[in-house]
Amino acid sequence: MKLHEYQSKQIFSRYGIPIPKGRVAATADEAKQIAKDLGSWVVIKSQVLVGGRGKAGGIRLAKTSEEAAEFADQILSMEIKGLPVRKVLVDEAAPIEAEIYLGITNDRNARRPVMISSSAGGVEIEEVARTTPEKIVKILIDPLLGLRDYQARDIAAGIDLNRECWRQFLQIAKGLWQVYKDCDATLAEINPLVVTTGLKLLALDGKMVIDDNALFRQQSLAEMRDSDIEAPSEIEARRYGLSFIKLDGNIGCMVNGAGLAMTTMDIIKLFGGSPANFLDIGGGASSDKVSAALRIILTDRNVKAVLYNIFGGITRCDEVARGILAAIQEVKPNVPMVVRLVGTNAEEGRRILADANMITAETLVEAAQKAVSEAQRG
Amino acid sequence: MSILIDKNTRVLVQGITGNEGLFHTGQMLQYGTNIVAGVTPGKGGEWVLDGKVPVFDSVRIAVDATGADVSVIFVPARFAPDAIYEAADADIPLIVCITEGIPVQDMMQVRVYLDGTGSRLIGPNCPGLLTPGESKVGIIPGNISLPGSVGVVSRSGTLTYEVLYALMIKGIGVSTCVGIGGDPINGTNFIDCLTLFEDDGLTETVVMIGEIGGADEEKAAEFIQNKMTKPVVSFIAGQTAPPGKRMGHAGAIIEGGTGTAADKIAALKAAGVEVARHPEEIPTLLKTGI
Repeated sequence: MKLHEYQSKQIFSRYGIPIPKGRVAATADEAKQIAKDLGSWVVIKSQVLVGGRGKAGGIRLAKTSEEAAEFADQILSMEIKGLPVRKVLVDEAAPIEAEIYLGITNDRNARRPVMISSSAGGVEIEEVARTTPEKIVKILIDPLLGLRDYQARDIAAGIDLNRECWRQFLQIAKGLWQVYKDCDATLAEINPLVVTTGLKLLALDGKMVIDDNALFRQQSLAEMRDSDIEAPSEIEARRYGLSFIKLDGNIGCMVNGAGLAMTTMDIIKLFGGSPANFLDIGGGASSDKVSAALRIILTDRNVKAVLYNIFGGITRCDEVARGILAAIQEVKPNVPMVVRLVGTNAEEGRRILADANMITAETLVEAAQKAVSEAQRG
Repeated sequence: MSILIDKNTRVLVQGITGNEGLFHTGQMLQYGTNIVAGVTPGKGGEWVLDGKVPVFDSVRIAVDATGADVSVIFVPARFAPDAIYEAADADIPLIVCITEGIPVQDMMQVRVYLDGTGSRLIGPNCPGLLTPGESKVGIIPGNISLPGSVGVVSRSGTLTYEVLYALMIKGIGVSTCVGIGGDPINGTNFIDCLTLFEDDGLTETVVMIGEIGGADEEKAAEFIQNKMTKPVVSFIAGQTAPPGKRMGHAGAIIEGGTGTAADKIAALKAAGVEVARHPEEIPTLLKTGI
């Protein structure tokens, strides 16, 4: 789950990381008032959960409070990469001497947190890694020990930071480590961390991603979720505990298990079709869940056929079959449906669906081919 | 022969009195797994499943009383790391964690801690292990696989069942099937299992089921090329997965352009691995490979 810039920076601030003075506004008037209160040049920054805000015109420098109102008005009426701008952050503008990158994320291969820093801040770190990898310093952190002072000093030295700034840098690096740890972040990033003309460090931008698996113990963060980034069908699916991702194709898929759901999408593509979604109904899917899943699939007008691929293991095929039957009776779909039931109680499941006017298939290949030809006919 | 578990394996179930734990313990018993103990703190002294399995208050007490050498964990995500530490501190050599949804920072700590012990962890977020005809530890259905000489290792659950089933209907048997789990940080990876299969007398070929996310398949490809004499057939799920989206498994995500199925397939093919286009093609490739 991603947090907005203003949310991330507020959290940073609580951990002793200096951030610019500023507040969030939802209207031009509010932005104007904040600019007046700050009494300086301000930066108006759109709060949307995508990158490239600056290029899209979503970040503007305002020299007066009137300008702040004007720019806020423009930005608040924008859509950036399809997402509406609902809030802007109005921050005091800072005199910038240099821009640094500082972030912590999980290094999957090393199985440890990694702190990454670069003297080439202000651009995407992936871009720096491609063009000037020598400007990147990485330090692995022992998850049981945490970030040690010497490691933070090594990073400061590694990016050739002015020694006058080391003490501040240490405080910020350790603060960021604590943020990452306390918030169950999978990414905590300051980009840029600027050195001002007065040699003060300031976190100008902030970004955090929280581990979805940890939301059970991060209640206050969970409440910050911005659902604009998800398709409405994905939000609905989450309510039912379904793992659903909308895609652009025309064959709806209902599968038990994430790996098998991906495989079902792949095999549809292999035989010339195109999947409309990823959907894992999970183990022991009840008829409630199956009904919800079918409704969600069919809200997509592109869907010309639905493929059910159920491998009964612990999940029993007869149980899922009853769910499918109830779902069909409730939703009354008018697209052809191909069903493949294999494994535990598959015979019983097939019998239950015998009168449901569905196309049946034995193998994965056969199921995919039938779904593709049905979708093409529709 | 097999790897990790066989008919002599003495299994302990952590979280045995929960719904999942109790149901799957019944399934394992039915398969013939030697279940010697269960652990649920506060329920020590009780017996479950018609008096077949004694319940203990702690893993240490259970191990002392029964000599259990494998633990399988069915406790909820928020308690699972503690269950893993408890099993490791009781010197259990093989810990199998079925639980899905453990926070990744907890798993990083678990990994570092386990590296300093003699315990191996399989999972979390995995279906466990199956040595057909001898023992199953976890939730893999027992009736979809025959004993044989193909080693199977996979990051997935039902996709693994699909592959086992595809092998079975072509009459191909399995030495051991290991589900290593769909999380980004796990206890045992592809290379660990490939090493075990390479050294196993019974295993003649290996099937490796990967998916998008991370670089474990790429590293496995390098290992196969440099260290393995036995043929490996692979399948990689997620060729149609969009970047930046987590496909059900916490670890199945294409990040910053890395972890794509195309990269993994290319690396495996370059290492001489036959890559199936879909699971039902695996038996054919195994036969031509042999």
